[in-house]
Amino acid sequence: MRTRLYSLEELNDIPGTTVFNAIRSRQAYHLHKFCMSLMQEDNRQAFRADERAYLDKFRMSEEQKQAVLERDFTRLIDLGGNIYFLVKLSNTDGWSTQKAVSSMTTMTPDEYAAMMRAGGRSPEGQRSIRGKK
Amino acid sequence: MARITAGIATSHVPAIGAAFDQGRTQDEYWKPVFDAYEWVKAFEAAEQPDVVILCYNDHASAMMLDVVPTFALGMAEEFEVADEGWGRRPVPVVLGDPVLAAHLAEQLVIDEFDLTLMNEMEVDHGLTVPLSLMFGKVEEWPVRVIPLAVNVTQFPTPSAERCWQLGAAIGDAVRSYPAGLNVQIWGTGGMSHQLQGERAGLINPAFDNAFLDKLSAGTDELRRITRLDFLREAGTEGIELIMWLIMRGALGDEVEELYRFYHVPASNTAVGHIVLRPLG
Repeated sequence: MRTRLYSLEELNDIPGTTVFNAIRSRQAYHLHKFCMSLMQEDNRQAFRADERAYLDKFRMSEEQKQAVLERDFTRLIDLGGNIYFLVKLSNTDGWSTQKAVSSMTTMTPDEYAAMMRAGGRSPEGQRSIRGKK
Repeated sequence: MARITAGIATSHVPAIGAAFDQGRTQDEYWKPVFDAYEWVKAFEAAEQPDVVILCYNDHASAMMLDVVPTFALGMAEEFEVADEGWGRRPVPVVLGDPVLAAHLAEQLVIDEFDLTLMNEMEVDHGLTVPLSLMFGKVEEWPVRVIPLAVNVTQFPTPSAERCWQLGAAIGDAVRSYPAGLNVQIWGTGGMSHQLQGERAGLINPAFDNAFLDKLSAGTDELRRITRLDFLREAGTEGIELIMWLIMRGALGDEVEELYRFYHVPASNTAVGHIVLRPLG
């Protein structure tokens, strides 16, 4: 066996964090294909005109489609999504990245913006679920 | 003979690009950030580099869906600016240097870095925001750019040590290029930030400032930072800092720090910026 510096299971030990990897990338492939389609203005207009009909052109799971319709970014991450793809959706909606990101936390957008202005979220207590440090 | 005359690192936050494009650089929120880049704008005007090797990450604009390259080198004469969902940034098309890029591709693969070569690709804010910060609003960019896109999105990203070694090989490849070009290498992204989950908004000034310090004195420690350490200490997107190590690896053992800036926040992110001169 080759040596490793740490067990890959440790990646699951970071609170409030999902590490995007190859299997998630595959799980979200069609969701991400939808997201990247929004890089063209024609497609953005078609999506805005009838979101459901536009989503049905993609081989995404029903759960993924529902989460897109609800702009549920936490759910989209659970379903394999990665933020760099997902911001194509929030950009299409005219949201700032900060608004999209804040929607995954327990704060309102204003509370989140105030936290960032005050220096952001401290890493203290946020490093390890097991070690609670 | 070509020479690498400086290494520059900067964050590449998209909101900085938006503030720049919308003329909000003197707003209370943005003024400290944009004012801090006046130094490097004067530096670049004096240095007049011919080519920048620009290490950045593609934010699911030109790759990461159908193909996920660990290291991808831009070979084209020009690179169009991507539409990331709110229209293209109103900045000039980016001109490449196919001849130097081909030399790099040849040398780096011989040196066992099996790069992906991109004959066509668009570039996103990861590459264009640093250009705006260094050169301001221009009709055309005053340098040719060789994009080097690094996977910092999908785990496992290349290790800190691998990035350092790639940088060292880039330095050797540039020095073996016959034309007398003034070449800079830039590392972009970072510093600490996390854009997903309940832990979003993470900022770690102690980690960031130690990282800045160690770019001059303590590079061995930077090369040993694991992916897990980056995720825990600097956030899921803070791992972009590995691209700074490609830049630093290309500069050789000793550097002089010419300028440094650190500021929190720009949107979700800690902004870091440093200018280094290789010694010897």
